[in-house]
Amino acid sequence: MFGEGGDSGYKKLSTVNRRMFIMTAAKLVVFGGIITRLFTLQINENKKYLTLSDKNRLREWRLPPVRGDFEDFFGNKIASNLKVYQLHVVPEQVEDFRYLMIRLRDILNIDSHTFKKILKKKSQQKSWETLIISENLSWDQFAKINFYLHELSGAKPVLSVARNYPYDEKFTHLLGYVAQASEKDLIENEVIKKSHVPGLRVGKIGLEKTYENQLIGSNGIQRYEVNAYGKRINQIDFVEGKKGTNIKLTVDTEIQAQCNELLKDKAGSICVMDIYTGDLIAMHSSPSFDPNLFLYGISHENWNEILNNPKKPLINRSIQGLYPPGSTIKPIVALSALENDVISTKFKVNCTGKTEMYGQTYHCWKDTGHGIVNLRDALKVSCDTFFYEMSRRLGVDRLNLTAKKFGLGEKVFNGTYNEEKKGLIPSTQWKKNTLGRGWVLGETLITGIGQGYMQTTPLQLCLMTAQLANGGFKIKPKIIYDKKSDSYEKIKSEMEKNRIELLSDFQQDDALVDFSLEKKKRDTDLYKPLYRNQENVKFVLEAMFASTNEVRGTSYSSRISDKKYQFAGKTGTSQVKKITEIQRELDLDISQIPYKERDHALFVAFGPYVNPRYALSVFVEHGGSGSSAAAPLAKKLFKTIVDRHEEREKVREKSLMVI
Amino acid sequence: MFKQTALSGQTTFFQKLRSIDYILIVCILILGVISSLAMYATDGGELLYHTKSHVLRFIIFFVMMFVLSFLNIRFWHATGYLFYIVVLGLLIWASLYGITASGSQRWVDLYFINLQPSELMKIAIIVCFAKFYHRAQINQINNFKNLLVPMMILILPILLVVSQPDLGTSILIALSGIIVLWLAGINLKYFIYSGLFLLISMPFVIAFLKPYQKLRILTFFNPDKDPLGAGYQIIQSKIAIGSGGLTGKGFLKGTQGYLEFLPEKHTDFIFTLFSEEHGFIGSLALLFIYGVIIYRVIDIGKNARSFFSKLFCFGFASSIFVFITVNMSMVLGLLPIVGSPLPIMSYGGSSMLATMIGFSIVMSTKIYQKQIIA
Repeated sequence: MFGEGGDSGYKKLSTVNRRMFIMTAAKLVVFGGIITRLFTLQINENKKYLTLSDKNRLREWRLPPVRGDFEDFFGNKIASNLKVYQLHVVPEQVEDFRYLMIRLRDILNIDSHTFKKILKKKSQQKSWETLIISENLSWDQFAKINFYLHELSGAKPVLSVARNYPYDEKFTHLLGYVAQASEKDLIENEVIKKSHVPGLRVGKIGLEKTYENQLIGSNGIQRYEVNAYGKRINQIDFVEGKKGTNIKLTVDTEIQAQCNELLKDKAGSICVMDIYTGDLIAMHSSPSFDPNLFLYGISHENWNEILNNPKKPLINRSIQGLYPPGSTIKPIVALSALENDVISTKFKVNCTGKTEMYGQTYHCWKDTGHGIVNLRDALKVSCDTFFYEMSRRLGVDRLNLTAKKFGLGEKVFNGTYNEEKKGLIPSTQWKKNTLGRGWVLGETLITGIGQGYMQTTPLQLCLMTAQLANGGFKIKPKIIYDKKSDSYEKIKSEMEKNRIELLSDFQQDDALVDFSLEKKKRDTDLYKPLYRNQENVKFVLEAMFASTNEVRGTSYSSRISDKKYQFAGKTGTSQVKKITEIQRELDLDISQIPYKERDHALFVAFGPYVNPRYALSVFVEHGGSGSSAAAPLAKKLFKTIVDRHEEREKVREKSLMVI
Repeated sequence: MFKQTALSGQTTFFQKLRSIDYILIVCILILGVISSLAMYATDGGELLYHTKSHVLRFIIFFVMMFVLSFLNIRFWHATGYLFYIVVLGLLIWASLYGITASGSQRWVDLYFINLQPSELMKIAIIVCFAKFYHRAQINQINNFKNLLVPMMILILPILLVVSQPDLGTSILIALSGIIVLWLAGINLKYFIYSGLFLLISMPFVIAFLKPYQKLRILTFFNPDKDPLGAGYQIIQSKIAIGSGGLTGKGFLKGTQGYLEFLPEKHTDFIFTLFSEEHGFIGSLALLFIYGVIIYRVIDIGKNARSFFSKLFCFGFASSIFVFITVNMSMVLGLLPIVGSPLPIMSYGGSSMLATMIGFSIVMSTKIYQKQIIA
């Protein structure tokens, strides 16, 4: 045991002590290193890691925004949100998922295809995420679920909101519809992208699309603390979303509904407009379809039915449909001729049923001819021969200016509807530019009776009629109700003022200024005269009155003699196909002609004749003649329009008082 | 010889009690309290299984340590080899009949406790070496036989633990063994030689690593490469510690912890949770307590008369230090993630048992510091 205290033992001890000392020093250095690291992370980079930690634990859930409503002039909701009953299941909270699903399948009668889809969706999402079993339970189903709820642990009946169009197909083309937002919607619209949540419905067409940004509303936000697996632990914050703006329209549901009724089983369009305020009272395109079908994804069957319908329900004929206006253009042709002093009101033509010009035979619609007719008669009986001669003297370019001035060949609602079409009012310049050929004089003749290149939408014809009926003043058509817009009285006095102003410098010769210049000051022209001499307008209006209310007038059979409802109008029958000589000989009845080759029936009118307030256009695709297919519809409609006027005035006065 | 017997024999129980190192005892107790609170936080502020069992273990093992402290240091010297052999036997038992959990066979079922012998080996190796070098003469330490035997003593358990597989623990066993060897007086050049040898053999070693172990090492060098996969632990740990700031998020308010972003939060990442809730100041305090413990152990070793006690204390202090620094460096992103618990703080019975045995040997050294071992 001496070794313990010996030299060797001493050396051993000193070695271990010395090495321990070195070791201790090293430990201090390492500890220093750890403290430095702690300092760097916790003090220097604290902010960075704090942000990262918050990013870890906080998650926002956006709730679907509640869409703004559409209401008509009288405050009826024409597009709103409906409470819907949905069935949600959180798989994590269900003891026996298979059993529950089988029970639900039996209770709700879920078909096997949908059932598989739900199961597939379940396998794609996390177990604590809500699985929507049904987006729209019927009341029966909802009641049934609630009845069995005690044995369906995990199933949650939920109350939610969804878009609803209570008037089904009546406003489809006017409003458009909503459907689930697509990839394209997200790319095109920043606002949709910002408030997008799975299952969000957005406007696909029509006003629903145009006013998307106002209608959409803002998301409610739920801020949750979540754990590492994304499960919500507790709610930190809840911000209630704001409902989108309600939009009030100028339309009248009752008239719109009647338009729908009148055009049942027909293809066509009816537009009704206030001739002073430009308020659109109704605008219907037939056939229509139920926009509610698109809400939960349209079924294959329904979609095919819409798509394969030969009458093409998807087209909004009022603004998208381009048709030759036919004889409904005649008031404008007559006005243009008078304004340009091409003829006087006393000018006469002898109609023999056909006329030879430039080596071609041009037929009047009446084979036996009208005899000697003056301008008033020509409008009244819609004599084509007279208009051939008159338009030959007028020329297509002067007609073009007048037609454009009165709203043809231009979009009526600039920008309100993406799908709106411009139409076409031909001119020599146009033909040269687009077709590369010179204008043929014969083309002027058929243009004069609204055929040939000329194409207009039913809404344009309505606006044209309105601007004639108000005495020839420019108005601004609108469909969105605006409290601040000019009242009828103000517009009327404004027009009167402008009329007198024009009268005072009547001597000016440049009444017909270059239209391209006028286009630039479109809005400043509002309520300004579109005529040079108002007597010409009055003459045309009077001739239109004759056409409806005098014997031999083309729409005489559709007249209303009661002064209160009396209206004036002009029929139109536009050819789809050139009539051959053989067909002319045969003089077939409409039912004997294939549908696609039948004439379009048109009618434009305004009324009541004394102090007119409304203009309308009726268009029936392949309906036959204007006097037999279109004008009778107008007669039925006019009664309603005039009756509704009083109601409308009441509402208007009330809204004025609120201000 | 006489003196020695007289000295030890005459000590009364109260004298022994008085000579206990109370600073060390208090520090261990404080650690016990802190770890229990941390465990309580990992349970989400509820008295659940982990907290209860941790507190229970701490109390049992602490009492055990206190009682064992009164064993004469000669007992530990006498049973040094036996201790090692028993633990080695348990390791072999574990690799033959052990319980497998998460892909690693490292536990033996002792009916009242599932023991992880590799944890005990961390202490056993120090006791074994202390006994070996207690006998050895300084001029014989560096001769071939005295190099070969310790090498075998060290390599045998390491191989067993690696094959479990448990890379972290085997590295820690290796580190504590090597430190003791160096402290005992083995020439530095041998360490340099073997270090060079290791470096050369590294590519071959890596070839034998399990894919997940390779991934961990690669992840260490670039944790952001796969933030949701292999790099997840280290990134979340750094976020937790960094977001703690100066004073921490507050007790039971560590979001990274209770929202389960932290992996292994009651074992290897307990310091992360503690640091998130108590911040830089709390972490410093914890480091300070560990520092005091290490200092006390070294001090006791310094005052010990026998080489066995001295080498054990120095070795034990150094290995505790190594365990702490490896664990902290790991959670701070300074070292790759290898399984290594934080002494006393981490949940785990075997680790706590081993540490407490270590402390009881240290305490025995203190009580019998004048004892000379033959």
